[in-house]
Amino acid sequence: MTMTTLHTPMQARSPGLWTLAWRRLCADRVGMAALAVVAAFLLLVLLSATGMLASDWEDEVAVNYAPPTFVGADATARALARAQLPRATPPNAFDPLAAELAELEAQVAQAHPPVEKRTTLPFGADKWGHDIVKKTIKGGETSIVVGLVAALLAVALGTLFGAVSGFYGGWIDDLFNWFYSIFTAIPAILMILTVAAVLQQKGVATIVLILGLTGWTGPYRLMRAEYIKHGAREYVMAADAIGASGWQRMFGHILPNVSHVALVQMSILVVGFIKAEVILSFLGFGVPVGTVSWGSMLNEAQNELILGKWWQLAAAAGAMALLVTSFSLFADALRDALDPRIK
Amino acid sequence: MNQEPLLQVRDLRIAFRTDKKNTFEALKGISFDVPANSTVALVGESGSGKSVSSLAVMGLLPEQTTVIDPASSIRFAGRELLGLPLRERRALCGKDIAMIFQEPMSSLNPVFTVGFQIGEVLRLHMGMTKRAARARTLALLHEVGIPDPERKIDAYPSQMSGGQQQRVMIAMAIACEPRLLIADEPTTALDVTIQKQIMDLIARLQRERRMAVLFITHDLGLVGEIADRVIVMRHGEVREEGAASQVFGVPADAYTRALLHCRPSLDARPLRLPVIDDYLGGRIVPDQVLAQRVRGTTPDDQPVLVVNNLAKSFWLREGLFGKREFKAVKDVSFTLGRGKTLGVVGESGSGKTTVGLTLLRLHRASGGSALFEGRDLLAMSDREYQAYKRRIQIIFQNPYASLNPRFTVGQILQEPMRIHGIGANEMERTALARGLLGRVGLPDAAYGRYPHEFSGGQRQRIAIARCLTMRPEILVCDESVSALDVSVQAQVLNLLQDLQDEYGMSYIFISHDLSVVKYISDQVMVMHHGSVVEMADSDTLYRDPQHPYTRSLLAAIPRGVL
Repeated sequence: MTMTTLHTPMQARSPGLWTLAWRRLCADRVGMAALAVVAAFLLLVLLSATGMLASDWEDEVAVNYAPPTFVGADATARALARAQLPRATPPNAFDPLAAELAELEAQVAQAHPPVEKRTTLPFGADKWGHDIVKKTIKGGETSIVVGLVAALLAVALGTLFGAVSGFYGGWIDDLFNWFYSIFTAIPAILMILTVAAVLQQKGVATIVLILGLTGWTGPYRLMRAEYIKHGAREYVMAADAIGASGWQRMFGHILPNVSHVALVQMSILVVGFIKAEVILSFLGFGVPVGTVSWGSMLNEAQNELILGKWWQLAAAAGAMALLVTSFSLFADALRDALDPRIK
Repeated sequence: MNQEPLLQVRDLRIAFRTDKKNTFEALKGISFDVPANSTVALVGESGSGKSVSSLAVMGLLPEQTTVIDPASSIRFAGRELLGLPLRERRALCGKDIAMIFQEPMSSLNPVFTVGFQIGEVLRLHMGMTKRAARARTLALLHEVGIPDPERKIDAYPSQMSGGQQQRVMIAMAIACEPRLLIADEPTTALDVTIQKQIMDLIARLQRERRMAVLFITHDLGLVGEIADRVIVMRHGEVREEGAASQVFGVPADAYTRALLHCRPSLDARPLRLPVIDDYLGGRIVPDQVLAQRVRGTTPDDQPVLVVNNLAKSFWLREGLFGKREFKAVKDVSFTLGRGKTLGVVGESGSGKTTVGLTLLRLHRASGGSALFEGRDLLAMSDREYQAYKRRIQIIFQNPYASLNPRFTVGQILQEPMRIHGIGANEMERTALARGLLGRVGLPDAAYGRYPHEFSGGQRQRIAIARCLTMRPEILVCDESVSALDVSVQAQVLNLLQDLQDEYGMSYIFISHDLSVVKYISDQVMVMHHGSVVEMADSDTLYRDPQHPYTRSLLAAIPRGVL
């Protein structure tokens, strides 16, 4: 393990529980394969966010609905391509501006040499001729970032509330429990729509807030139970006896011992939130116009499907299915690695 | 009875697969016999393989990870058990071989009545009708000494005490009239007076039913009274086997001798308890007279802690709005002298642990005072008490639970020093911590390791070192050696004694083990149902107990061979 060799021999540290968990994860073949897929997706997100990939997704590089290469260009696409080429209009002798127009056209042609719009693309094009592969990568960036940040927010809130509630108990616990009960009494989708209506702004940050503020309930319940359990453990009593403060005990002592629960919750929520973003965007509460996400792609795809243009749907749905499945498998492997007793 | 013994184990060799490549050899080819109508005790410390042997006889070892050597043999009544089809083995195990386990609370199903659970065994194995099974169950409950069996037959396990639950387990085990009863540490989870009753019950049943008993325990002293033969095991090997009188009287093996002597006895108090290595290394020869330590309190002891009328109540919810007071500790008063040890003994539920936790303010006291240097520890504010925390410390029972598994030993030792500003900087604190590790007998390499890499005894040393970083004046030891093996227990007791001699600490030593308390204490306080029933100098109390409860406690201590 690299983690152990990093230390000098003087400060010989033995593998901690995290290192041991990592070793167990490494022994899980399915888990490692899933991790590789997730890592590949995260790499794509990183490249796309830094502008190294898919930054030109909005270029209209192909004809409308250019089919995927492996399907082959059809007659309509070829006809469209020809139709979209700038045609030389027959000179009009009576046009007083003919000379100026010709000069302007020549200038434009010099600056942007006319390119022939492509008739096929690796995975086809959408209504405006955007490259579907690039669009999917760019859309993935939005979806995954929303999923990760929202899950982080939800788990952070859930952990904080759960820790305070479970550790102190009494009326504080009652207060949080009432708050929790009110939150969960409202149907989830209605709750999301309510928050969306209150926030009144379309944007990625809004979706993150919506999902984060409605998603903390699950982690809260689990973390609260963990804190109740660990609060009575002897090592926490021992910490109390040596004079550690409440916050030190909660976050210095107990949190490292229950963080695997939060981590697993987070990986489950990421999956849920990626799907939730898709649903929100599909319903029109999602990302604003001009931003692409897997959800907005699926939203567009419903009209395209009627025309028989299936590739945008296939790309977005396929990418999402692959990521979500891998992430779920990874979450399972992670849970097993972190808590080997229950396996 | 000179035919083949009822159970014959020959060259039993069992290994467990720990991962893909490695195996761990739990039994290294052991052989022993259990003759019919006799009691054989299998004695050993944790890791000796005693439980593995019994589970192998029952066929209860996990199949995926267990490797049983093909040359091994377990014969029961002339039949080879290993290699027997699972079905036949199962039929045999419930009926002819029965087993009782350590934890009666988790061995009984909490959602069925005890009558149903015993009756189920009868219906399954004996093919009895419901009515016949119920009549037989009643007789069995009566036989194992359950009071009022007509009512208790419809009780749920949670409505019974630990001792009664263990009796039910025994009733279930003997329901099909087994020829061999395997008892795996059947009394370890029970109080000493209940232990005595259960031991008597097993001995009586063995006599009356003329069955064979294989009794597994870590406590050599316990089996002397009931066993005909004793087998001493260590590290998967049989160290000594012989008649009980021989093993206890003239033990042939150095390890057996060590086991007999490293447990504190009621009539001797050596300066240091002998440990296993003393015997194995030949530093102590048999019958060597050890220097004795004098204990007791004198009127001119300097008091360090004066506790008056300490009380602690818990409130139990009852009905919709009502609550009921449960007095866990009632009116406890004592004076602890500097450099002295106060032993607190009592059975479970006596309130002895609550006394310790309340003194440390881990529970809030309901009444009374605890004067330390003239200040009442229980009445001061949290802020004021913070400064006193380093001066009164606690060592818990379970060394596996009292250390944070995510901290290295270094972090564990540094934390209290950081909180209380001990040591000028990180370097000084590190040096202090490393010095203390050496003082409690741990290697310097332990500093960067995690608690899970240490054994129980070593972890208890870490917990002791953590307390020592603060140089407390009072140390509460709450069953601190109860979870440890006898040999390790002796080492930790010696360490505690050395530290007291060196630093002049005062101990409040809470334990259910009367021999250990007698060994370490100057003064002993006996608690029963939350009150102090008797308090006296330890020698006086054990020599001349006044209260009937103290007497019954002392009478229940197993005394080795009779």
